Amino acid sequence: MTREIERVAGIPVVQIATIVPIMLTVGTNRIVPGVAIPHPTGNPALGPEGDKAVRRELLLRSLKAMTTAVTEQTIFEK
Amino acid sequence: MTYRIVHYINQFYAGIGGEDMADHKPELREGFVGPGMQIEKLFEGEGKIVGTVICGDGYYGEHTDQARMECLEMIKGLQPDILFAGPAFNAGRYGFACGDIAATVGEELKIPTVTAMYPENPGVELYSKKTYIATTSDSARGMAKAIPAMAGIGKKLLNGEKMGPARLEGYIHRGIRKSFFHEKSGAERAVEMLLTKLKGESFRTEYEMPVFNKIPPAAPVKDLKTATIALVSSGGIVPKGNPDHIRVSSAESFGAYDISELKNMTPENYESIHGGYDREWANVDPDVVLPLDVMRELEAEGVIGKIHPIFYTTTGTGTAVANSEKFGQEIGEELKKAGVDAAILTST
Repeated sequence: MTREIERVAGIPVVQIATIVPIMLTVGTNRIVPGVAIPHPTGNPALGPEGDKAVRRELLLRSLKAMTTAVTEQTIFEK
Repeated sequence: MTYRIVHYINQFYAGIGGEDMADHKPELREGFVGPGMQIEKLFEGEGKIVGTVICGDGYYGEHTDQARMECLEMIKGLQPDILFAGPAFNAGRYGFACGDIAATVGEELKIPTVTAMYPENPGVELYSKKTYIATTSDSARGMAKAIPAMAGIGKKLLNGEKMGPARLEGYIHRGIRKSFFHEKSGAERAVEMLLTKLKGESFRTEYEMPVFNKIPPAAPVKDLKTATIALVSSGGIVPKGNPDHIRVSSAESFGAYDISELKNMTPENYESIHGGYDREWANVDPDVVLPLDVMRELEAEGVIGKIHPIFYTTTGTGTAVANSEKFGQEIGEELKKAGVDAAILTST
């Protein structure tokens, strides 16, 4: 889905998910590794504030990913 | 009983002509024509070619609906027990025509159909799941092997014999997996396979993974402060009550929801219906899958221009690759029309 949106719309699509090898396999170009399968964009174990801080960091990293020129599939680590 | 066989071939194998006669319209001749002679011979009196349908490859390719209908009518009138088409070897348009008519006849007349092609013929990708395609070499030099391969599969189907695996029977995999009891457990077989792999020897997987395409990365967003960013998810986050009945697994649809008035995802307005992960956390706070709350903050702070008012969502578990690609294409079209600059897609 990520790859086809990117191809058809011609826009960068950043995918946040936990299993990086799957994103590499399906052709995602800008990859941000998520926290965990059932909560990729948060960490409830850290309490409401900690959870939100994690989410903010992930999103800022995603914004960085979409503004970064890449020539191949790239993983944006912390 | 003598089986009634119908054979489909192109203008070239019918001796009508080459490329200059490729627009030849569908024509029915009694008995066998060209390669059909050998097919009938291999049936040793148990089958007879009652008619041969001939159509130019160009005509079939350019007027597909018309050609398909005309050929189907001719074939139907012959009341066949089986249809053979080709072999088409690596001829692309002939392969398309053979695959298309075989798939159509199989579906409409509920009879077995068999064709034959080189594995790289484009007809293979289109029709290998809808008909039996015997594997051939890339040119007519392989005719002597192709005809018996095709006839052999046809005979098995007519006699109701059990069809073995594609690689042993000589046809192209139809994407069907049959269950059977193996003398060794899966664990034993997996370890054996791993040991073989570690030794650097060749091994055969029991589950072939689909091949995905890769695309060159899109150009980056130039200015975040004016950018419109869309949110998309395959994490099964939907408005409470799942109004569009998106399936909890093997999704066949996606939803598009207006979030322009929404600041935050809460258990009161949104929920997860995904059947492939523990929804406990997502249902306490859907933002852990679809991060709307913090995106709204970034929007308010002016870090990004704005969040696209429509949010797209589906369930990504057991979902067919073809469906996922289709969803992506449809969503991509809409985002393009809306002038969206980038998307964040979350998956579980």
